Amino acid sequence: MRARSLSPAWRLAILAVLAVTVQIGLLSQLTVFGVPPDIGPLVVAAVGLLLGSVPGAVMGFFMGLMVDTALLQTLGIDSLLYIAVGYGAGRLRELRDPDGTLVPLGVGAAATAVTVIGFSIFEFLLGVDAPVSWLLLREIVVTVIVGTLLATPVYAIVRRVLSSALPDDPRRRRRRAYTTGGLSPLTRMRG
Amino acid sequence: MYDKKVRRRRAAVALLVALSLLLLTAYFGESYGGALHSLQRGVLTVLAPIQDGASKALKPFRDAIGWFGDTLHAASQRDKLEKQVIQLQQQLIQAKAEAATHVDLGNLASLDQGSSLDQYQPVTARVIVRSPTVWFATLEVDKGSGDGVRLDQPVVGGLGLIGRVSAVTSNASQVTLITDHTSGVSARVLPGGDRPASALRSTTGVVRPSVGDPNDLLLEYVDPSEKVEPGDYVVTAGSSSGPLESLFPPNLPIGQVTRVGSGDADVGQNIHLSPAADLQALEFVQILTDPHPDLGARAQVGAP
Repeated sequence: MRARSLSPAWRLAILAVLAVTVQIGLLSQLTVFGVPPDIGPLVVAAVGLLLGSVPGAVMGFFMGLMVDTALLQTLGIDSLLYIAVGYGAGRLRELRDPDGTLVPLGVGAAATAVTVIGFSIFEFLLGVDAPVSWLLLREIVVTVIVGTLLATPVYAIVRRVLSSALPDDPRRRRRRAYTTGGLSPLTRMRG
Repeated sequence: MYDKKVRRRRAAVALLVALSLLLLTAYFGESYGGALHSLQRGVLTVLAPIQDGASKALKPFRDAIGWFGDTLHAASQRDKLEKQVIQLQQQLIQAKAEAATHVDLGNLASLDQGSSLDQYQPVTARVIVRSPTVWFATLEVDKGSGDGVRLDQPVVGGLGLIGRVSAVTSNASQVTLITDHTSGVSARVLPGGDRPASALRSTTGVVRPSVGDPNDLLLEYVDPSEKVEPGDYVVTAGSSSGPLESLFPPNLPIGQVTRVGSGDADVGQNIHLSPAADLQALEFVQILTDPHPDLGARAQVGAP
């Protein structure tokens, strides 16, 4: 008998908890090219890209809240930024429906850039009373590059976790388009 | 139908944004003892054992990934250490020569004596979480109020001061590093290299971070007439009276001067130093639970 599969909400909740655990337990203590990799925005962007704008925004809000709480940071900053990332990625899917291997790469780069630059702007708005090094600019650029490198594997993992919950798997859609002229077998039979 | 869907989507996103802004405003406006801060500490109390477990379980992965980085940097580190050994040998010879001629080595001797941490009842803690952003330079460690840790206690690691305790739960604490943009430490300069020990007897200032560069600290408010030079040591001032009472005990190493610029009128000389401790590679730290007999509640450093 086939085991009953988890609902999309549960899958998203488990994904969020796992992502935050891996982020703070493993990745935050590593440095790649001098900066710690941050998979938070990548996971949120992948969810937005796969499920749409509202699930992306909701995932962003709760993941941001978890990150801020676990790291004792100012509550709300990461939530706001992740909402923007999730919603933006979701709208891209809904409006353009991009279909290419480089899409997760570009979306990952944009998500990391929005998060890092947005965080810096928030810190300036909330008042930084220490001199800011020019190296900060370099760190922002390197963080975006590292995020871009991680974007494709993170997207693949998120897609695998959410595979049964996806409204329309891009691979399945593509395969169907090639083999049936874009029509489902049922439609072809009727035709 | 389409309009309804669009309206629902916009309403959902607007609600989430409003919630985030509400949280941000409320959190930023309240004190350390406020409801959201308390809730955050409560969550940390529950999560700390999980984070500790995850940190230990994932250590082999971190070590494996770290091994590649270590190997890549091994050659440059070796060259750097060789230079340091030569420099330290020269300093040792100089210090011995001065001691032999009965030169007052009080300042340097106090650095050695002050570095004996046993008198401050240190509690050793494991680092379980690091902040992933370049803005928040914080750590979370697996010791809390149940181990005698209190707010604002100094934290040392590696070869020197690394920060202070900025939040405490029963089983975990948050440490704000000296490279965090909210940090500032009153400090004094001790002559290094081949400079006479009697130089710079009363040179004091405030060590501030250079946001975005964890390997660079700035020593500000130093009297422009004082001749600070690369190689000089910077230690905690540890003043215990007056308006500048420090949270930190005296003579904890903070770093070594790397370069000195002219600076501006507001902050005096532009003195850069490298931290004594490698703040990016800390696995264990020590919290000084009795840093000062008359440690008050006043927070000279980094208090919001």
